[in-house]
Amino acid sequence: MAQPSSTPPDDNKGPNGPRRDFLLIATSAVGAVGTALALWPFVHSMNPAADTLALSTTEVDLSKVAEGMSITVTWQGKPVFVRHRTADEIKQAAETPMADLRDPKNDKDRVQKAEWLVLIGVCTHLGCIPLGQKAADPKGDFGGWFCPCHGSHYDTSGRIRKGPAPLNLPVPKYTFLTDTSIRIG
Amino acid sequence: MSAPAFDNKIIKWIDERLPLFTMLEHSTTSYPTPKNLNYWWNFGSLALFALVIMILTGIFLAMSYTPHVSMAFDSVERIMRDVNYGWLLRYLHMNGASFFFICVYIHIFRGMYYGSYKAPREILWWLGLLILLAMMATAFLGYVLPWGQMSFWGATVITNLFSAVPVVGDFIVTWLWGGFAVDNPTLNRFFSLHYLLPFVIFALVALHLIALHTSKSSNPSGIEIKGPQDTIAFHPYYTIKDLYGVGVFLLVFLGFVFYAPNFFGEPDNYIPANPMVTPTHIVPEWYFLPFYAILRAIPDKLGGVIAMFGAIIVLFALPWLDSSKVKSGRFRPVFKWFFWLFLVDCVVLGWVGGKPAEGHYIPIGQAATAWYFLHLVVVLPLLGRLEKPLALPASISASVLKEKA
Repeated sequence: MAQPSSTPPDDNKGPNGPRRDFLLIATSAVGAVGTALALWPFVHSMNPAADTLALSTTEVDLSKVAEGMSITVTWQGKPVFVRHRTADEIKQAAETPMADLRDPKNDKDRVQKAEWLVLIGVCTHLGCIPLGQKAADPKGDFGGWFCPCHGSHYDTSGRIRKGPAPLNLPVPKYTFLTDTSIRIG
Repeated sequence: MSAPAFDNKIIKWIDERLPLFTMLEHSTTSYPTPKNLNYWWNFGSLALFALVIMILTGIFLAMSYTPHVSMAFDSVERIMRDVNYGWLLRYLHMNGASFFFICVYIHIFRGMYYGSYKAPREILWWLGLLILLAMMATAFLGYVLPWGQMSFWGATVITNLFSAVPVVGDFIVTWLWGGFAVDNPTLNRFFSLHYLLPFVIFALVALHLIALHTSKSSNPSGIEIKGPQDTIAFHPYYTIKDLYGVGVFLLVFLGFVFYAPNFFGEPDNYIPANPMVTPTHIVPEWYFLPFYAILRAIPDKLGGVIAMFGAIIVLFALPWLDSSKVKSGRFRPVFKWFFWLFLVDCVVLGWVGGKPAEGHYIPIGQAATAWYFLHLVVVLPLLGRLEKPLALPASISASVLKEKA
């Protein structure tokens, strides 16, 4: 490499040195922060859009769901399980000792009316849809749901009992509009 | 680096302004290559060939593909039935992915046997691992695009891996999806990224080659080049050998493309995606199976995810984990056996990864996972200290002449 004909004077070592150091560091810092902030619109553009967020409620008519039956409805692109529980299933869920639960929650805190169990039907392990909605489906060792992907078992309150999933099936926010209909979301 | 003299006036005129021909000359006819490379050294150029096939077929497939949840599956079927030679482009692309991985995995195991990752080639090795990671991301994204059942549920399971991240996991997953489930925004961005990443891979390959041409090729003896008697020119000797490899590669590759195009695929992916029903047996593509087995071997969600990513991250430390001064497995009598055992271990992981997580597959998967990490983290560092390597030949040239005698 040929030597450049003139090199800039090394002023940072002169009497103005500290001032120049300050200017250099301050300017670089502002530039770095500005660049980082400019990234946010790109990152945030990947978050759910306004129309996606708007599709946030689903109404469900419960009058046709007989005792012991389950239905699956779609809410925010995800399946929601609504089960009309039998007295046996409610009793089983209520009488489970807390010590047996990986994610200990009382059954009565997971329902508004004991016979109606409403759950987001997405396995808390890696997002598969557990089986147990249809009469012929395997329901796992605890009479609730069984995830075929990696073998998680949920009980009649949708609580995780066995397998790799860490948490209970979540209960979505919902309100009873009448005695036989709910709005999810 | 002295510029070669060009006779042709036009070439000379161009080269003085943009040294294309000088660069070409330096990396081909005057590039010294060890003269003892065996056929395992063909797989690097074959991997590049596969990358070119993937980019070419991919660009043309994108002209007929529609990234929308209600049209993606049908647009792929249209490619298969109505687009002229669409079936060929798609089968080349589908099988090309598998063959890209075959070439790269052979290339990696070759590097492991002959110690190609050791000084001064650590950065060359890292770049290779980055290429592998980018390939895995690209392959995963691409597999989602046909929007079949395996596409959808593969995308769901893999994106859910990030929900294992403490505190912010759910935010990350929602961000990746652009919604509350794998849906149209997810498909759109996956298509965009699937188109982007191959060019990132291409750039990484360029860096991989710059690093290679700086430290020069490793070779089966594991001894560095000592002089001109150890090398021959890359062109024409290795260009022709690589081309011969391409011919053999094409025979096998096209054999699958024409006679067993769905051999590597899953029949479930010919069922359109249904977000309400999970197939009973989800398996990733074969090239992910060993990592899938590691994920499932750990009975804890976060632990499994860490082990799976760790299985590749640990390879970045391989140049230091392998403490032996001798590079080539040829002169390491004990390492040689452990190498083959490690290879078998990886195959076992792949086999278990394709089986349901139940019964005796669970302990086999856990044992194979344990051995994977034990080999890299415990066996290799110890072997370098305990093993007595065989006597090394004086030079590459001497090793070749000895074989001939």
